Amino acid sequence: MAKQVRQLDRVVIRFAGDSGDGMQLTGDRFTSETAQLGNDISTLPNFPAEIRAPAGTLPGVSSFQVHFADYDILTPGDAPNVLVAMNPAALKANLPELPRGADIIVNTDEFTKRNLARVGYEANPLEDGSLDGYAVHPVALTSMTVRALESHDISKKDAERAKNMFALGLLSWLYSRPYESTLTFLERKFAARPELVAANIAAFKAGWNFGETTEDFAVRYEVRPAKMQPGTYRNITGNMALALGIVAAGVRSGLPVFLGAYPITPASDILHELSKHKRFGITTMQAEDEIAAAGAALGASYGGALGVTTTSGPGVALKGETISLAVALELPLVVVDVQRAGPSTGMPTKTEQADLNMALFGRHGEAPVAVVAPCSPADCFYAVLEAARIALTYRTPVILLSDGYVANGSEPWLLPSVDELPDLRVPFATAPNGPDGRFLPYLRDPQTLARPWAIPGTPGLEHRIGGLEKADKTGDISYDPANHDFMVRTRAARIEAIEVPDVEVDDPDSGTRVLVLGWGSTYGPIGAACRALRQRGLPVAQAHLRHLNPMPANLGEVLRRYDKVVIPEMNLGQLAHVVRARYLVDAIPYNQVRGLPFTAAELETMLEEVIKNA
Amino acid sequence: MPEKNPAGTAPAAPVALKLTAKDFKTDQEVRWCPGCGDYAILAALQSFMPELGIPRERIVFISGIGCSSRFPYYMNTYGMHSIHGRAPAIATGLSVSRPDLSVWVITGDGDALSIGGNHLIHALRRNVNLKILLFNNRIYGLTKGQYSPTSELGKVTKSTPMGSADSPFNPLSLALGADATFVARTIDSDRKHLQSVLRAAAEHNGSAFIEIYQNCNIFNDGAFDTLKEPQTRDDYMIRLEHGQPLTFGADGQWCVVHPPGGFGLEVRETASVAPEEIVVHDATVPEPAYAFALSRLPEADLRYTPIGVFRSVQRPSYDELVKTQLDTAKAKVSGTPEQELEQLLNSGDTWTIL
Ligand code: SF4
Repeated sequence: MAKQVRQLDRVVIRFAGDSGDGMQLTGDRFTSETAQLGNDISTLPNFPAEIRAPAGTLPGVSSFQVHFADYDILTPGDAPNVLVAMNPAALKANLPELPRGADIIVNTDEFTKRNLARVGYEANPLEDGSLDGYAVHPVALTSMTVRALESHDISKKDAERAKNMFALGLLSWLYSRPYESTLTFLERKFAARPELVAANIAAFKAGWNFGETTEDFAVRYEVRPAKMQPGTYRNITGNMALALGIVAAGVRSGLPVFLGAYPITPASDILHELSKHKRFGITTMQAEDEIAAAGAALGASYGGALGVTTTSGPGVALKGETISLAVALELPLVVVDVQRAGPSTGMPTKTEQADLNMALFGRHGEAPVAVVAPCSPADCFYAVLEAARIALTYRTPVILLSDGYVANGSEPWLLPSVDELPDLRVPFATAPNGPDGRFLPYLRDPQTLARPWAIPGTPGLEHRIGGLEKADKTGDISYDPANHDFMVRTRAARIEAIEVPDVEVDDPDSGTRVLVLGWGSTYGPIGAACRALRQRGLPVAQAHLRHLNPMPANLGEVLRRYDKVVIPEMNLGQLAHVVRARYLVDAIPYNQVRGLPFTAAELETMLEEVIKNA
Repeated sequence: MPEKNPAGTAPAAPVALKLTAKDFKTDQEVRWCPGCGDYAILAALQSFMPELGIPRERIVFISGIGCSSRFPYYMNTYGMHSIHGRAPAIATGLSVSRPDLSVWVITGDGDALSIGGNHLIHALRRNVNLKILLFNNRIYGLTKGQYSPTSELGKVTKSTPMGSADSPFNPLSLALGADATFVARTIDSDRKHLQSVLRAAAEHNGSAFIEIYQNCNIFNDGAFDTLKEPQTRDDYMIRLEHGQPLTFGADGQWCVVHPPGGFGLEVRETASVAPEEIVVHDATVPEPAYAFALSRLPEADLRYTPIGVFRSVQRPSYDELVKTQLDTAKAKVSGTPEQELEQLLNSGDTWTIL
């Protein structure tokens, strides 16, 4: 039966099920197929903190949202057009975010009395008319999968578990996805158990064929490839891009990388990834705690390595004293904070950008450090290279503020060529720099104000450094009031002296009166909202900060160019506070701390209001 | 690694060494209280260092916070006076990424056993190639006289006017519990013994843990006097010597035995036991139980305090294991780092847009 094919410019699909249902993997595969086709993509996983929350319950629901389009997109989409619900819990948990008219594909096998009762459904929503406003496609996913695998020599449990591949097959058919990469993937994943390769491929094909034959899906869709810059792409998550960026920083600096880390959500993936790349001379140490992780990294930096420590907010709190020591010692240290919702343990798997204050101010004494933030998953690669550049050139700790949203989200990344990446080589000190052949560890480079990096093993430069206040130039212990005042100001000045590029303003219209200023992972939703507004004839300017300390030299001037400055943040106004204090600009904070990224729609509504009143 | 430094600043190969104690002194004024046991330890170390045969630039002293932790400022080597309790962690990062260095950690009872306890036990269990010298004066000196984790129960100090209510750590028992491969004790006033222990530690591959009894003459004066005074020291101190029977006392009238049926070691009158019952010291016993039993011998008044090397066994160091992994991984590399990176970036599912 030839089906009607309809063209769409964009689709948002959310796969939702029990955390044991393999939804992350299903979403990942669909994304990969979509990438192969050449759509632009943005994804957002959402999973419970518990490894295996009780099956069939609301807290156990895990989901993966993928947004793909024939043009370049900036976010994983506000609301799904299609929800794949593997059980009643998945339906109930996601329905509130589903706009009327959306497609819902449900696994009817799981809609048993018991499962319905477990999530508080008194009646079956598939039958009581409560889903009337939606296009519901009931599919007996589990039983059809089991039936399709009858001839396979596998357990019933294994057959049932293949239902996610049935669903993937159906969705791949529905959106005309090329599926070769999934077949190869399954062959690789189950290489040790060929019977599972065969079964999962069979389940996938059964799902595909079901789409082709069933009456329930009368229309098939196509989303044409997006016009993207020529080149080679791969789909990448923020954590993966960050890990690769650290590898690249090692290669481009010619230094061995030392990563000290302690397992913590959502940063552990970076440790996992880097531990695979020892061939680049990368040492990864899973330390006894967050403090030791930072300490060991600093010790390695002292010895001439690029010391890196990766963590989340609670870990940065513990590392504070070590970062402060690195400020005093003036040694390179890259601290990666993949932010999550706090305070305390907060919501470890949910995103937030509320560690800005801690990064800027969270240490005892006057202890300024450089702070940078990536604005998208792929940008994590470049942001960490920039963090390494600053750390190595200026011999300072640099805090990189990623967050759960960019860390776990993914997007296509146009692969750079290695020789275009920044050159991060810096020289070590080799000879005494003071009068009468003395070595002065705190004699500074007049340009960068950086002190010499004299690593142990260098003859003639033996010296002692420490956390006690140091005399200018000699580095000897000093309690002299004037010296302390001078050193405190110098440490501040050397951070201020870091060269950072001007902030760029995206303002294609004339007569714009409102500027939206953001930092970090809000780039996507802010950008999407600005585009939508402009399309509707409402001019708005967007500027996004990569550098939070020091801030770009032109920022003050940019802020003053506009009548109104709006600062959306996933915190209670931390950047807004800094901007107000530093530039005396009456910035309007717009804040949300729900553990979720902003939707473009809510920003659009808010900005429209501001523009109309400007 | 310096040899990979793009600027080509690899340190020169060491020339023949003719170092003396003087070469290890710095121009910094030593600022411990007059009479402090730290002076003796510093002098012992400075005069021992030339024996190492390692050029000064390849030696690093890393300390935490406390009186003893001022130490690196007085050693003309590389040095870092770090933060309270964290020296073992910092030194671990340095040692593992620079196996060419000789890394020493200087710490105290508060630094190593209170605020930094976690780092100490983990450095020891990993067997990081560090020489850890713990100056134990059983008091907080720098903060002016609070009780420390090695102060005796009931100790009256500024923070415990009615006596401390917490039992002390036995540093050697703790180190042995953490599976330390080299554990020793010595005493500030006995330079010869101190240096003999340093020598053994320097030769040890992996973590070497040395507790040094150090007198704080300001806040805990005389804490170890029973081990120093001629009237008591022979009866109180047991000098451990590998392969020698454990007898002590001015005329060897005391000895250590392992009573059948018991778990530990006990002190007896030598005359009352058969010679074959006297324990012969063997620091290389693989089971830590023997060294542990030795570490439990001293009584509250320091009677029966063994000094010397309790345990010295071989186990691969963390540094070696890490290096082997790095070397194995690097051996498989065929291209330049840039080529390898290009390949890594292009791995996974990629697609090309023309
Ligand atoms: S306070 Fe005690 S340990 Fe500290 S320097 Fe003075 S005597 Fe030595």
